Amino acid sequence: MVDHLPALQVVVPLMSAPVIVLLRRPAIAWLVATAACFAAFAIAVTLALTVAESGTVSYAIGSWEPPWGIEYRVDALSAFMLVLVAGTAALVMPYARRSVAAEVPEHQAYLFYAMYCLCVAGLLGMTITGDVFNVFVFLEISSLSTYVLIALGRGRRALLAALQYLIVGTIGATFYVIGIGLLYLVTGSLNFVDIAVQLEGVTEKRPVLAALAFITVGLGLKLALFPLHQWLPNAYAYAPSVVTTFLAATATKVSVYVLVRFYFLVFAPLQALEGVPVGAVLVALSAAAILAMSLVAVFQPDLKRMFAYSSVAQIGYITLGLGVANEAALTGSLAHLVNHGVTKCALFLLVGGIVVRGGDTSFASLAGLGRRMPWTSFGIVIAGLSLIGVPATAGFTSKWYLIAGAVEQGSWWIVALLVAGSLIAVAYVWRFVEVAYLAPAPAGAAVHEPPWSMRIPQAVAVALCVVLGLFTAFNVGYARRAVDLLLGGSQ
Amino acid sequence: MKNDLVLRVVAKLFTPFVLLFALYVQFHGELGPGGGFQAGVIAAAAVILYAIVFGLPAARRLVPDAIVESLMAIGVLIYAGVGVAGLLLGGAYLDYFVLDRDPVHGQERGIFWVEVGVAVTVSSVMLKIFSMFASRGHDPDE
Amino acid sequence: MGHYAYFVAIFLMVAGLYITIARGNLVKKLVGLSIFQTSVYLLYIAPGKLIGATAPIVAPQFTTYSNPLPHVLILTAIVVGVATLALGLALVVRIREAYGSIEEDQILAQDQDGDGADASR
Repeated sequence: MVDHLPALQVVVPLMSAPVIVLLRRPAIAWLVATAACFAAFAIAVTLALTVAESGTVSYAIGSWEPPWGIEYRVDALSAFMLVLVAGTAALVMPYARRSVAAEVPEHQAYLFYAMYCLCVAGLLGMTITGDVFNVFVFLEISSLSTYVLIALGRGRRALLAALQYLIVGTIGATFYVIGIGLLYLVTGSLNFVDIAVQLEGVTEKRPVLAALAFITVGLGLKLALFPLHQWLPNAYAYAPSVVTTFLAATATKVSVYVLVRFYFLVFAPLQALEGVPVGAVLVALSAAAILAMSLVAVFQPDLKRMFAYSSVAQIGYITLGLGVANEAALTGSLAHLVNHGVTKCALFLLVGGIVVRGGDTSFASLAGLGRRMPWTSFGIVIAGLSLIGVPATAGFTSKWYLIAGAVEQGSWWIVALLVAGSLIAVAYVWRFVEVAYLAPAPAGAAVHEPPWSMRIPQAVAVALCVVLGLFTAFNVGYARRAVDLLLGGSQ
Repeated sequence: MKNDLVLRVVAKLFTPFVLLFALYVQFHGELGPGGGFQAGVIAAAAVILYAIVFGLPAARRLVPDAIVESLMAIGVLIYAGVGVAGLLLGGAYLDYFVLDRDPVHGQERGIFWVEVGVAVTVSSVMLKIFSMFASRGHDPDE
Repeated sequence: MGHYAYFVAIFLMVAGLYITIARGNLVKKLVGLSIFQTSVYLLYIAPGKLIGATAPIVAPQFTTYSNPLPHVLILTAIVVGVATLALGLALVVRIREAYGSIEEDQILAQDQDGDGADASR
């Protein structure tokens, strides 16, 4: 069984979804989903440890050898992402029981869990597969289940947010398909490694440039690269809290991962693409994202929307590192995938606790939260510090590497930009602190924290924000290994 | 529409032929255009034709809702089950070579069962989509 | 004019995108999305056909076959397109019930008026 772990990584959550549809009861559905997510996490950790010891693991689906068959490829970069996605899925599940019971109608709860398992399977599949069209298939599996999950939110705006995301997401996925179609026409292959090999011999620059453009825009729509981010604030604000938590930590990150794979392992080594200013464009868009989105976040009336815009800004940090593309910046980007994932996971878990206990996340109704929900407010402050990038939190480690990368390249304006982004983050985290601690609580408000099944995952996530800032073996250590793989491949 | 004699008679005449054609397309997937998805859609079209002419409640008596929902899940499990069978028999996931002593026959067997899974899921999904859309406005609490 | 298929594919692609962006009716947006996805099918299958080759089904009297791989990829893409269209239309039906309209400007106007008032599901 151990050799088949790459396949089981996707199969376990994928098969649990129809099982959940057959067993309708919400409690059993939750149980099956939790078991599947924990199993997936165990498999991901095992795979990560195997890759750390013995290098890349390649698994041929159906025993058809690559490049003829579909290959599941676990290397340092994908193992890193697998642990992030499976870990978030597992962490959120104990929390989900009460949160889903509060936000989703009971007769639809089993459908929620089935879609959740499909989403997890889709994201894990996107991470682990070594075939470009298989990435599209899993991308659509995860996207379609995400649209359903968002539409299960309360209120009619969730429907509109889901439809908007559906239209934008489908355009993005279709652009991606056009891009890989052009690559297939030019190289005749659909395997990442093989495409890179075949592209060496290609002389016509235009189809490859077109493919690069289509894939960038397609994945950019999926990862909410500024200015393609319009779907994200609505989707995050109106979806159920569990969905927002899971998506904020994983969905955009996996699209970044696919983009990184394409840029550094397929397109970057090409002589034909010398002089195409991909890095400069990415840096410009990321700068706009960081500044504009952080500023917009400061003026939002609702906590969830504020953190959603903050997410777009943080994705700008990640793509900034991709644009600068030297070793330190890339390490910072990849580490930020995990750091931001953990931070936003903690934040949205805590916000979901507020929803379960009070129902409204607009700033007007959060007055005096520090007295009504002391642990929740404290958790949000800690996670907010990680968002700003205070030393000893997870957010600091990645920002440090990004600044180091910018200094190495000599772009001092990028250093100024990163510092400015952190300062604006202070502004919007301060908004929460001001409302929660400095505004008087409404009369008669008692301390009412969310139930323990929700508090434990929240505590774990907040603790991870700090632990990953102090013990960086996972986020930075693995990121370094992944960067060696990426930059080593381009030589 | 069930009061229209021509429609009623023709629908009743057509439905078994459409279903037979669906089975034909299903099993001739590797010999001509066809396969699981196409067969599933044609089979669903037969039931939908019946539903359009005789009304949704009649079609619901023919194929109950609970069965349709279960079939959706069972089809996916059949497909994934073929993959797991490959795992258990010693090969990789979705390995058809090990499904029989003769690898070529194993391929045929694997393709057959995978297409059955696909057809079951697709036909039940198409039927479910139709019945969900058609019953909207009559059951406001769905 | 050897690139005839590509011209048609690009025309469909741009037409589909224009409809999605420019039309305010939600159903028309989904139709535009569908047309856009159809152009991609053409983009894949047209280059797969080899001149003088037959359909990719093994038969004793033929020696050259068209490339079967694009057909397989596009079957998957068609199914994905159908699922997306079905999901989109289901959402439009629910939106119609919740807002009373499927015109985007009317829906957005309602959202801005009743800001924060979450009406029935």
